[in-house]
Amino acid sequence: MHPFLSMSMITKSFPGVMALQNVNFDLAEREVHALLGENGAGKSTLMKILSGVYKPDSGVILLDGKRLVASGPRTMLRAGVSIIYQELNLVLYMSVAENIFLGREPLNATGLIDKETMHKNAKSLLSQFKLDFDTNALVHTLSPAYQQVVEIAKALSLKSRILIMDEPTASLTGHEIDQLFDIIRRLRSNGVSIVYISHRLEEIWKVADRVTILRDGQKIITRSLSDLTISEIIRNMVGRDLIEQYPKQKVEKKEEVLCVDGLAKIGVCDGVSFRVQRGEILGFAGLVGAGRTEIMQLIFGYRRKDRGSIRINNRKVEIRSTRDAVRNGIAFIPEERKKQGLVLGLSVFDNISLANLDRNSFLGWLRKRVLYDLVTSIVKNIGIKTPSIHQLVDNLSGGNQQKVVLSKWFVRDCQIYIFDEPTRGIDVGAKVEIYRLMQTLAQRGAAIILISSDLTEVLNISDRIMVVYRGQIMKEFEWDKVTQEEVMHYALGFTEKTLEKELK
Amino acid sequence: MITNINIQMFKINMQIIKVLKSYGLLIAFVLLCILLAILSPAFLRWTNILNVVRQSSIFGIMALGMTFVILTGGIDLSVGSILAVSGMLAAGILKADAGVVAAIAVAVGVGLVFGIINGLLITIGKIAPFVVTLGMMSIARSLTLIYSRGHPISGFSESFRFLGGGSVFGIPFPIILFLTAVFFAWLILEQTRLGRYTYAIGGNEETVKLSGINVSLYKTMVYVISGIASAISALILTSRLNSAGPTAGIGYELDVIAAVVIGGTSLSGGRGSVWGTLLGALLIAVINNGMNLIGISPHFQQLVKGIIIVTAVILDRLRK
Repeated sequence: MHPFLSMSMITKSFPGVMALQNVNFDLAEREVHALLGENGAGKSTLMKILSGVYKPDSGVILLDGKRLVASGPRTMLRAGVSIIYQELNLVLYMSVAENIFLGREPLNATGLIDKETMHKNAKSLLSQFKLDFDTNALVHTLSPAYQQVVEIAKALSLKSRILIMDEPTASLTGHEIDQLFDIIRRLRSNGVSIVYISHRLEEIWKVADRVTILRDGQKIITRSLSDLTISEIIRNMVGRDLIEQYPKQKVEKKEEVLCVDGLAKIGVCDGVSFRVQRGEILGFAGLVGAGRTEIMQLIFGYRRKDRGSIRINNRKVEIRSTRDAVRNGIAFIPEERKKQGLVLGLSVFDNISLANLDRNSFLGWLRKRVLYDLVTSIVKNIGIKTPSIHQLVDNLSGGNQQKVVLSKWFVRDCQIYIFDEPTRGIDVGAKVEIYRLMQTLAQRGAAIILISSDLTEVLNISDRIMVVYRGQIMKEFEWDKVTQEEVMHYALGFTEKTLEKELK
Repeated sequence: MITNINIQMFKINMQIIKVLKSYGLLIAFVLLCILLAILSPAFLRWTNILNVVRQSSIFGIMALGMTFVILTGGIDLSVGSILAVSGMLAAGILKADAGVVAAIAVAVGVGLVFGIINGLLITIGKIAPFVVTLGMMSIARSLTLIYSRGHPISGFSESFRFLGGGSVFGIPFPIILFLTAVFFAWLILEQTRLGRYTYAIGGNEETVKLSGINVSLYKTMVYVISGIASAISALILTSRLNSAGPTAGIGYELDVIAAVVIGGTSLSGGRGSVWGTLLGALLIAVINNGMNLIGISPHFQQLVKGIIIVTAVILDRLRK
């Protein structure tokens, strides 16, 4: 296998983050190459560079021995590189053929779309996969697997020689996955090279030839898959050193605050149960998309649960809305700071007071002076860097914005705080401050739930760790009795049995 | 030396831009008034000024209600029809000799009920505000026609006619009502939970919901406010004309929305103020009045108004 594509010494940094550091990656002709790594390891950045979305700070890309200068997705598309994102880019209410040839519709002599040719070409593309479905069908009527096929056909119609597939099986069922793998093998024998990104390790042996593992923006290994075991791969994916930035303080355990039993919702989870005590930080580890956010949304009343009971302080509570949740002393700090945590067009004062107006008003009339005092003192205590409390939150930095979201609930004095990826996209200094705040809350007697896809973080901050895979709690650990490898193992969906087999 | 002067000039320019950004609408309003005063001496006469403000009061009050709705990112197209139906029913009550208080209560009650229906369809029914209120516009209009059998109801008691025609210390009563409504709208928006939630919902509904706030309740309430505002305007209009017509208020929604938008309230919600709406309503009234005073053909009047509305929105974009 001679390298048909080679990327060498690729470096890319974003403000405050080194996303990729001198990464080498190559792809042979007719190869399926798996790209693995934890969330944030740099997989997407590397692939966005290959597909021309990002420009590397330095590094060289050679295709067929010729140097490619990445200047936007169009150039790379013309060079034969196509990317299929996890979120498909299809127009749902247009037909299969129209989607495949969107923007490149064949025209007839009068300048109208030549539908006959378009459907004929679409059919011949699809026949390469031995698929014979109606090219007139509207895309939204197709199953997710077939929708993916439409995307692949679109890429092939562009004469792509390199296809990047980002988590293609994330939304597919077992049978559909097998179909997709068939298609991938057929593509490979037709001369297409594929970069395959997936978190489902067990699939990789079925479809890929080689694997490259990234960690913290650096390449760890590139090896043939037949030389590797699951444990070896996991060991190479994790294994970041513990950093002293995590201020761990053991908190005395006290009585139980929240008790969730048999929580279920179709498509989210089926029978999730766990408990949290006062003063405890309970970590929820797992990969992005494992369903942790959705489970917490059920508890917070943002989504309605099908079954299951929630007890707070040993009293059964009915939570039908977010309002019920807040009244029962639950606070939720959402994952998407800007989309869910803040009203960007309003001031620091308005944002912090938003969740506290009910407690500081009389018959709907605000006690403005009380609110001003509350907000002023919390801004000072938490150390939000803002010229005044009337500053629009849109003008603050990410870390300070996150502190505004935390302050909103800090003021309220809740019993249960759910943090969903609280440090994502925040610089190291602000991260440590946020950990300290979580510990302050715990010392105050609150129960804390931390969802984090950053293994190092979740292992260092939590007192106990739940590992979630596809809406299921796979395993529970005490913080001092577990390694990152073990957590990753369960987060990838492996069970105790596979672990034992590996150990033998 | 020269650079010093340049820096000075730059600073002055920045100052001017800042003032224009903050008070652009007010400046435009004052300039327009000066222009009209020069073109027509009648413009600045006390009676004309009172006339302009009185004319603005009817759709100005509706615009205050609409400000709440638009601040949440919604729209209420049914205001003109709600005005017609509540005016007509109030007229019916007056004709039945049930008294002024009953008439007022019925009108406000009708506005309230239509507001609740709009609000529930939008929040619980999860239908787009545009569609719901478009439907309601048609329904309320038809109910007016059915009730009145297509005929106006006219001729009311002296005490009822005070609402639209009376004055206190020389100031027409509609103006007093309008200014009172401005004050209350400001008070609600700035000093109550409803007001702060109104801004927050328009800014980011998801965040408000995740803050444990009953979004449906507060969203319904803004449509109720809009409905009641239409009912108050209906009482003034009916009293002033001494007649409730089945076609009253047709097309009002456009002037009302225009006043709100000219006043700088963003159609996508979250940004805007009562003062802007007050100014927007006055500006529209001044334009109407001014064009009549200086004798611009009615054929051109809509054109001028249209240009001013679009310009106002473009200026607002630039401000962002």
